[in-house]
Amino acid sequence: MSASSTADVPFEAKTKVGRFTDFVDERVGGSGILREFGRKVFPDHWSFMFGEVALYSFVILLLSGTFLTFFFDPSMAETHYQGSYTPLYNVEMSVAYSSSLDISFDVRGGLFMRQVHHWAALLFVASLGVHMLRVFFTGAFRKPREMNWVVGGVLLILAMAAGFTGYSLPDDLLSGNGLRIIDGVIKSIPVIGTYISFFLFGGEFPGTAIIGRLYVLHILLVPALILLMIVIHLFMVVVHKHTQYPGPGRNDGNVVGYPLGPVYAAKAGGFFFIVFGVIALMAAAFTINPIWNYGPYDPSPVSAGTQPDWYIGFVDGALRLMPGVVNDFHFEYVIFGYTLTLNVLLPALVPAGIIFTVLFTYPWIERWITKDNREHHVLDRPRNAPTRTAIGVAGFTWYCVMWAAAGSDLIATHFHVSLNDVTYWLRALFFVGPIIAFIVTKRVALALQRKDREIALHGRETGRIVRLPHGEFIEVHAPLDDYKQYKLVGFESPAPLPAQPNEHGVVTRKEKRRAALSKWFFEDRVAPATPAEVEAAHAHGHHEAIEGADQKSLSH
Amino acid sequence: MKALSQKRRHPLAAIALLLMGLLLTGGLYAVATTVNQAKAETTTYSASDTEEGKKLFEANCATCHGMGASGSKDGPSLVGVGAAAVDFQVGTGRMPMQMNGPQAQKKPLQFNEDQTHQLSAYVASLGAGPAIPEEHLLDEKGDAAEGGELFRVNCAMCHNAAAAGGALTRGKFAPALADVSGKHIYEAMATGPQNMPVFNDANISPEGKRDIVTFLKKIEANGSPGGADLGSLGPVAEGLFVWVAGLGVIIAFTIWLTSRSS
Repeated sequence: MSASSTADVPFEAKTKVGRFTDFVDERVGGSGILREFGRKVFPDHWSFMFGEVALYSFVILLLSGTFLTFFFDPSMAETHYQGSYTPLYNVEMSVAYSSSLDISFDVRGGLFMRQVHHWAALLFVASLGVHMLRVFFTGAFRKPREMNWVVGGVLLILAMAAGFTGYSLPDDLLSGNGLRIIDGVIKSIPVIGTYISFFLFGGEFPGTAIIGRLYVLHILLVPALILLMIVIHLFMVVVHKHTQYPGPGRNDGNVVGYPLGPVYAAKAGGFFFIVFGVIALMAAAFTINPIWNYGPYDPSPVSAGTQPDWYIGFVDGALRLMPGVVNDFHFEYVIFGYTLTLNVLLPALVPAGIIFTVLFTYPWIERWITKDNREHHVLDRPRNAPTRTAIGVAGFTWYCVMWAAAGSDLIATHFHVSLNDVTYWLRALFFVGPIIAFIVTKRVALALQRKDREIALHGRETGRIVRLPHGEFIEVHAPLDDYKQYKLVGFESPAPLPAQPNEHGVVTRKEKRRAALSKWFFEDRVAPATPAEVEAAHAHGHHEAIEGADQKSLSH
Repeated sequence: MKALSQKRRHPLAAIALLLMGLLLTGGLYAVATTVNQAKAETTTYSASDTEEGKKLFEANCATCHGMGASGSKDGPSLVGVGAAAVDFQVGTGRMPMQMNGPQAQKKPLQFNEDQTHQLSAYVASLGAGPAIPEEHLLDEKGDAAEGGELFRVNCAMCHNAAAAGGALTRGKFAPALADVSGKHIYEAMATGPQNMPVFNDANISPEGKRDIVTFLKKIEANGSPGGADLGSLGPVAEGLFVWVAGLGVIIAFTIWLTSRSS
């Protein structure tokens, strides 16, 4: 590849190193790859870096996890702890728990590495979540990136799976309680539930197989799948190019930013160490999952304040919110001798099912409503897509209500309120919270758009008060510079798309439904100020500044 | 014997003799006083204690608990609750109760040690009940590991495995156990204050209670080997921390990294 640029004279490097690299390059084409990637332009914005944080957290997870595998023994054989933590000395426990304690107290640097691994895991899922929220609220999932959005959703599920399988490995009381809840949820699935549970645990819960099985999933299958998905995800990022925020000179046909090499290569490399440093600091100074507090797993005790790690919290919260009985209405039925426990099945599977179904299908839902088949590389500011933003906030609110419910006992003790009242309020918010959030968010987005329009038309308030000859006070408005002005006016504001007849000239019922949804989606809109309007407003303002008359329409 | 008699005029002989004498008398005294203390804790209170306690009771407690501690609609009868119950409730400031609520809360003590002792004496005189635990049960020299197992099976469901406390229904709660004295922990188990069940000696033996106290004091003294414990509240506190502090610092860095934007 590189030989083509040197025409017909064969290239001969002058130095030994040069000859060596040329030898390698002629065989693997490295310079071509480097040229392609090095010139890849990425736009710059802090909100674009959460995916990177997730990636780096994952690398840290692989490194610290490998260290832990050197010392962890995933056996459920019984042993008596002989390590140096005296409050558990000679207590009967599994080898898995005993080796986790050894990592914490008797392996040099073991506790630090365990805490690095766990904090990195929490940060991994958190940054992944924030990254997805950013992608959603800026409309980055639109064509051509729908499939990459789905890959991201799969990554979220895999991250949760990796987290949960890892959380259960130490075989301490806390994780054992979590596993028991999962077992209960599995058993609540009609007909096949008990069979799945027995298959998974190799018999009755807890059995002697589960830790070893989770270990294989945790260190082999799940990370391999995550790695595969990351490769696909990044490959598609390269193919699609990165999205950019609207700005002067930016459009759907270009990417404005710095090239990967050398700017981003250096920045990304440095950022990796920043993330590593933040995680290492947290691991060094803050305890995470103090397994020695919880004791070995034993199916009989359950500790107060038993919760899963934060990313499974919303499922736990939904379980806590579900009433067992409402007045005399029971949620548990016995049908032909089989028990159907809706008070476990509904909260455990339905909210998570709804969240992930909507998450995976949303790009297609919006595409169908808007009939927008164009490629989008310029992002929406969230306020400029009020209905989408409102849907996102409503969904996030719903999630947060369930999330909060997972900590209902801590809310009760720390704010000195009744646990029952916390539950009642959260139950109410479970239903009305998303609706309130939708309405409020949409109104806020529209209000911000109006403010933008106002500023675009009349300029910003300078805080300079001028007294006119006849005694009236006005505040002088200054026009924005072109860059800021562009940000306020350079966006699309689609109007509702009425029902379209198909090729037979018939407006189908489905098309009518789509039109109704389109109306709902785009009906409330604040159009960006047009050049003519800006021109008129400026002339108007100028005129008024001179004449001083008719000022009220401008400055009130 | 010969060696000893030969050295009886050694210059240090007098000092050695003096030391031996001091050790002997000191040791005897120590044994005698501990025996006395143990007796004072367990055996009967003096008549004047009971008399003074009665006066204190009538002035401060009888409004709710009734004359003769026979109870009223505002407070239960205290006949037979024992000295341990009084020592716990008054000794931790829970009684006299400050306000009605889901349960009596800890507050600054209203009575000094002597007055608490007198009140205990009076209530103990009304009927047999759990006594204030003997010193040897509170020496914190039991089996911490055994105590840990008893704690996880019997106590952790309300008090949390790390004794950080937990919520109960309708505003009631199980308090955190750090900074609670061994005596009060023991008394709480023996008498079941507020919403706590009674763990009598058939349920958890005095030795078992001693082990639990040992365990709690041990984990309290151990502190948190992994750094700041974030309240020992488990994954909720950890999740909150990673979202607020962890992600917060990361976001600050991302803003810094992109501050010179294109």
